[in-house]
Amino acid sequence: MARELWKGNEAFAEAAVRAGLQAYFGYPITPQTEALEYLSARMPELGRAFLQAESELGAINMVYGAACTGARVMTSTSSPGTSLMMEGLSYIAATEVPMVLVDVVRGGPGLGTIQPSQGDYNQIVHGGGHGDYHCIVLAPSTVQEAVDQVYEIFDLAEKYRSIGVILLDGTIGQMIEPAEMPPMREIRKEIPEWAVRGGTGSNKRVLTSVHLVPEDMEVLDLRLIKKWQEVEKNEVRFTEYYMDDAKIAVVGFGTAGRIALSAVRTARALGIPVGLIRPISLSPFPYQAIKEAAAQVDHILVVEMNSGMMLEDVMKVVKDSTNVEFYGRMGGIMPFPDEILSEIQRIASGTTPSDIHPRDRWLKRMESVVDF
Amino acid sequence: MVAMDLSEMEVVYQHPHALVDMYTHFCPGCTHGVAHRLVAEVLDEMALSERTIGVASVGCSVFSYNYLNIDFVQAPHGRAPAMATGVKRVLPDHIVMTYQGDGDMISIGAGEIVAAAGRGENITVIFINNANYGMTGGQMAPTTLPGMKTSSSPNGRDVEQAGYPILACELLSTQQGASYIARRSLHDPKNIRMAKKAIRLAFETQVRGLGFSMVELLSTCPTNWHMTPVKAVKWLEEKMIPYYPLGDYKVHPTISELKV
Ligand SMILES: Cc1ncc(C[n+]2csc(CCOP(=O)(O)OP(=O)(O)O)c2C)c(N)n1
Repeated sequence: MARELWKGNEAFAEAAVRAGLQAYFGYPITPQTEALEYLSARMPELGRAFLQAESELGAINMVYGAACTGARVMTSTSSPGTSLMMEGLSYIAATEVPMVLVDVVRGGPGLGTIQPSQGDYNQIVHGGGHGDYHCIVLAPSTVQEAVDQVYEIFDLAEKYRSIGVILLDGTIGQMIEPAEMPPMREIRKEIPEWAVRGGTGSNKRVLTSVHLVPEDMEVLDLRLIKKWQEVEKNEVRFTEYYMDDAKIAVVGFGTAGRIALSAVRTARALGIPVGLIRPISLSPFPYQAIKEAAAQVDHILVVEMNSGMMLEDVMKVVKDSTNVEFYGRMGGIMPFPDEILSEIQRIASGTTPSDIHPRDRWLKRMESVVDF
Repeated sequence: MVAMDLSEMEVVYQHPHALVDMYTHFCPGCTHGVAHRLVAEVLDEMALSERTIGVASVGCSVFSYNYLNIDFVQAPHGRAPAMATGVKRVLPDHIVMTYQGDGDMISIGAGEIVAAAGRGENITVIFINNANYGMTGGQMAPTTLPGMKTSSSPNGRDVEQAGYPILACELLSTQQGASYIARRSLHDPKNIRMAKKAIRLAFETQVRGLGFSMVELLSTCPTNWHMTPVKAVKWLEEKMIPYYPLGDYKVHPTISELKV
């Protein structure tokens, strides 16, 4: 199939259709709405289920119901809508029914801004809903990656009976760039063993998240964590650029990672030994790759479009001998490559190691850039 | 004594197949069990069990999935109509039923139920109105009568402060998508028989693809009302029925012509 120009939101929607999406439930919210609009025409055309829900509460619970039948089901939303979906996500995780959520992230907190952000990292990667659960979270940096990841994540969600999330910065949802669509898959015919379908007696199936007996609840909790260990073993994804001889490693995901790559290329042309690690699976997080990089480089620069949410995960595995720095833009503002380049140059020209948290040092530097 | 050959005798009454033969966790005198039985009898009579999926809610009826012998999913508090919608949209040939309490359906889940009725979602809702939040220990619900004492309205529901009860049948019957809306009571055998007929008509509505159906069942909660079971049914009859008039609030013409 040839490369065509696709808008990110429509591209991931079409990719889901091609992955065999059987039902979609959603609610309008910028910068995600084009996906809902696209599927409102595309799904009925193929005789598949589409419904605009009354709210994100409605949408996620429709997804929950459809997922219980074993159907391939997806919803998409943006940050305030994701907050509303947290209740449902926790129930779905506890019931172990697979589903896919695309969160097209905008700046917050509150109603915030409709401009792109990475501020949903914590609520998606570290829970947000109640209880102990994990979602598989992938973060694309191009429209093509959004297409490929959505196409693939249904399989992952089903393999682990888990929630698959694409954390898509508003940028990628709104961007138009060339992408190649994967082939159309057949709708799955067989119903998974656990799915409800109508049955009595020994064929009766119940899908519930209630376990009032603490011993039963603990068994489920422990089993979920054990399952997560499998995911951590098998599904870590990241890419590296110019890391072979790097003495400085930039770490960034999604849009921030993509912009950082431009800065890294320019810095390399200037002779600075800098590389980039771009986590693709934010959950499970590529801790090992970060650990290995930290052993090799003198400095790690984490770049995000939030106040350093992933920074905390990076710092978990980096020893004191490696200096960690942070640079972030917030509120819907994306960093320019030049801003990241100046950070790289500042670090390359020799920074004194400090006990002060990288976020606090960044905040101090921001005072000379933004009046707050 | 002469031994009787039971196999020769005609069965006139038996445990419904759609009701699991087990003890329930319901309090003595609670009518949740009666409602379960009526649903089970209707599922048997219409031979629907093999293609029905129940959606349990949060409240005393959270374990309805243990008692009814059909496939079940269990929804977050108030979200059963949305979850039922998800099931129904991918399995349109199946029968989908929610079973919800008053706090669940018309307080925390008011948005979901109104939206489902408005859409004419082809599902059946069994709605238990016991005028309080039973499971959490008898707090005020949207259905608590003015002046009625509960654990969170100790001086009686003060409408100046807590507002008025929400009348679910009256509200939902204004929705164009609703095809069968009825209120019945479970306080005596005659009314129980009428309740069963309403439940039957609600499922008949769904089987015919006519849209949203809901049966409200006025129910007792002796434990939280602090009454004996006998006093509770009397209280229901004398206090609840005048506030919540029984009757058909909306009946699709096809259903009103139906003889069951
Ligand atoms: C989100 C959420 N809020 C509150 C609760 C606590 N809770 C459990 S049952 C219940 C009341 C249910 O009352 P009702 O729907 O009237 O049913 P009943 O128990 O009377 O049959 C509440 C408030 C909950 N489980 N989830």
